[in-house]
Amino acid sequence: MRWKSEKVSGWGRVLSASSEVARPERMHAFETLSEGDLAPAFGNCRSYGDAPLNNNGRSIDMTRLDRILEFDAETGILEVEAGCRLGELTRLFAPQGWLPAVLPGTGFATIGGAIAMDVHGKNHHVAGSFGQHVVSITLLVDGKKKTISPKNNASLFKATLGGLGQTGIILSAKITMLPCKGDVIMVTERRVDGFDEFLSLLDTSSATYTVGWIDATAKGNALGRGILEEGETGSGLVPARQKSKSIPFNAPSFALSPLTVRLFNKLYFKRVPDHGRTLVKPITDFFFPLDRIHDWNKLYGKRGFHQFQCVVPIDQAPALREMLTQIAHSGLASPLAVLKRMGEGSEGFMSFPMEGYALAVDFPNTEAARVLIPRLEKLTAEAGGRIYLAKDSMSSGVRIRSMYPDYEKWRDEVEKSDPNGALKTDLIRRLELRSTK
Amino acid sequence: MTETWIILGATSSMARAFSRAVSEKGATVLLAGRDMDDLKTAALDCKTRGARRAEAVKFDARKPEGFEAIIERACAEEGLINVACFVGSMPDQSEIDADPSLIAGVVTDSFTGPACFLQMIAPEMEARGGGAVIGVGSVAGDRGRIGNYVYGAAKAGFHTYLSGLRNRLNRSDVHVMTVKPGFVDTAMTWGIEGMFLVASPDDVAASLLRAVKKKKNTLYTPFFWRYIMLIIRSIPEPIFKKLSV
Ligand SMILES: Cc1cc2nc3c(=O)[nH]c(=O)nc-3n(C[C@H](O)[C@H](O)[C@H](O)COP(=O)(O)OP(=O)(O)OC[C@H]3O[C@@H](n4cnc5c(N)ncnc54)[C@H](O)[C@@H]3O)c2cc1C
Repeated sequence: MRWKSEKVSGWGRVLSASSEVARPERMHAFETLSEGDLAPAFGNCRSYGDAPLNNNGRSIDMTRLDRILEFDAETGILEVEAGCRLGELTRLFAPQGWLPAVLPGTGFATIGGAIAMDVHGKNHHVAGSFGQHVVSITLLVDGKKKTISPKNNASLFKATLGGLGQTGIILSAKITMLPCKGDVIMVTERRVDGFDEFLSLLDTSSATYTVGWIDATAKGNALGRGILEEGETGSGLVPARQKSKSIPFNAPSFALSPLTVRLFNKLYFKRVPDHGRTLVKPITDFFFPLDRIHDWNKLYGKRGFHQFQCVVPIDQAPALREMLTQIAHSGLASPLAVLKRMGEGSEGFMSFPMEGYALAVDFPNTEAARVLIPRLEKLTAEAGGRIYLAKDSMSSGVRIRSMYPDYEKWRDEVEKSDPNGALKTDLIRRLELRSTK
Repeated sequence: MTETWIILGATSSMARAFSRAVSEKGATVLLAGRDMDDLKTAALDCKTRGARRAEAVKFDARKPEGFEAIIERACAEEGLINVACFVGSMPDQSEIDADPSLIAGVVTDSFTGPACFLQMIAPEMEARGGGAVIGVGSVAGDRGRIGNYVYGAAKAGFHTYLSGLRNRLNRSDVHVMTVKPGFVDTAMTWGIEGMFLVASPDDVAASLLRAVKKKKNTLYTPFFWRYIMLIIRSIPEPIFKKLSV
């Protein structure tokens, strides 16, 4: 493999790493991998923090190993290499009536990244997490290819789903696709006036895809107001897609000042008429709303941004209200804030999803945000909830380990697969996930 | 309409993007190269993306005895036959300085091998009265530079060959397009110093398809390389020989 010095950043751009990076284009590259060449893999670095980073070390960029190997239209089982983007699968298969069963909010996430984070989508309450639709994984462990599945090597399988890439390099996987009606989606948007109403609407929504945008700057009676979006796939004509745009430079800091955010959120809320509305959209616009603007993370300027994402159990709604109150009063939140109702489904020992309410909010990387986020994490921990490692750049290991009850099972499997620690990333070191027994 | 694309050097990143693009249009693709495992994987990929048929076939620019079989395979298909040639090799100039016998291989991979293949298939394309040849050359073929003049010379030879072939095949409605890519983000350029304005293989593939549809004769891609090379070609030799551009 040829190595190139590169600076690699997480999506939030707060954390970055100087690494030697190889980007193999053929599977043969792994057959000749010598011991010193073994390194953690990454996909499109759509994790916000340091999960894909390995500062002063080596890493392997998997994005060129992106071939679709087989699709069985009888069973819906698709075999695909790890670097393939979920958005590409959506583009190719939705017109034929199939969708990846679980889609995160960006189509740039790769199969490998989706497995290593056991990602969830807007249909988590009905479909569960990504890992629940993985039939088998071809994993490179200790220089050898291993095929693992829930039946064959169940423990390693569970340690790999949501396993942060620590059990081995994911080369390819078989996943079950879900039938869909076509490549458009009918979206119903409704204004929601406050927190309690939001939760009850999320609890009772019977739509296949449900997601809430929340105005995290609203206080008092308006606390927790936002827009509920419910979607069902369909087929038919859609307005032509607009060309994607890109943010060419780092935005100045006033772009997301408290005043502009408050104003933006107000307008965004009012965009939906009082009585709601139903729209027909290209399916990718609904699933990956931000992907049309390339490098939108530059909007936060050079200093980057943090995302805080937690899930708390259903009966801990008051804790969530407290978090939202603190966020609103801090004046720090950006327009990007999402509220979801999660079902029970999760597959791996370190999977994030659990039944409850999930909240995700972006904050520009300021001193004040770095004070607020640990307070929100503390509230999450006290509520018996957890923090999502795909988004984290601030937490501490003590806190994280107590949030994930199967943590020790995961660590034991990881130590068996990668005893020399060749696959450790910056996140693993920061959270000391592999150094304490 | 059914059509077949023979893709020479199909394991390269540009070829991969191009094969996918024609597969999505329902073409039959014959993926030709040396790494049969990788080509079989690529064929599966093309098939799931909509290729009518996708097959891996063995092609080594240095072994012309294998060419006939590929041509026969293509002739068994109905409709027009097209060829896209992405073959070439570029060892470090310093390796060549140390071992001049490497030149023969570079010239075979980048010029004479592909030219021989095209020469052999030309009568069949003439007989079918249509189709296209896309010959991927390089901006390096526009002027000999200190860093890669052997490769550049081979590509220059290929350019001249293609313009002659264009003249011949034009008489039977077969279109020949010469492509001169600038820097493309491939395995060949990964980790090489001094790359700038690097284009993605997907963008290059899309521009090839657009241009061949419009029957362009020569395509610089991305387009601005036409102007960069215009400048580079117009530097007077007394100055150029002192530069290391
Ligand atoms: C706009 C946006 C919206 C998002 N919405 C959601 C959402 O709704 N739900 C959700 O769950 N997540 C969401 N995410 C997070 C995202 O889905 C995850 O971070 C995902 O892991 C990113 O995939 P990636 O391919 O970029 O992986 P990377 O970020 O590059 O890597 C993630 C992890 O996977 C490991 N990894 C990657 N490839 C391999 C491999 N081949 N073998 C072994 N390990 C590997 C890396 O080591 C790392 O630990 C969102 C992210 C963005 C930017």
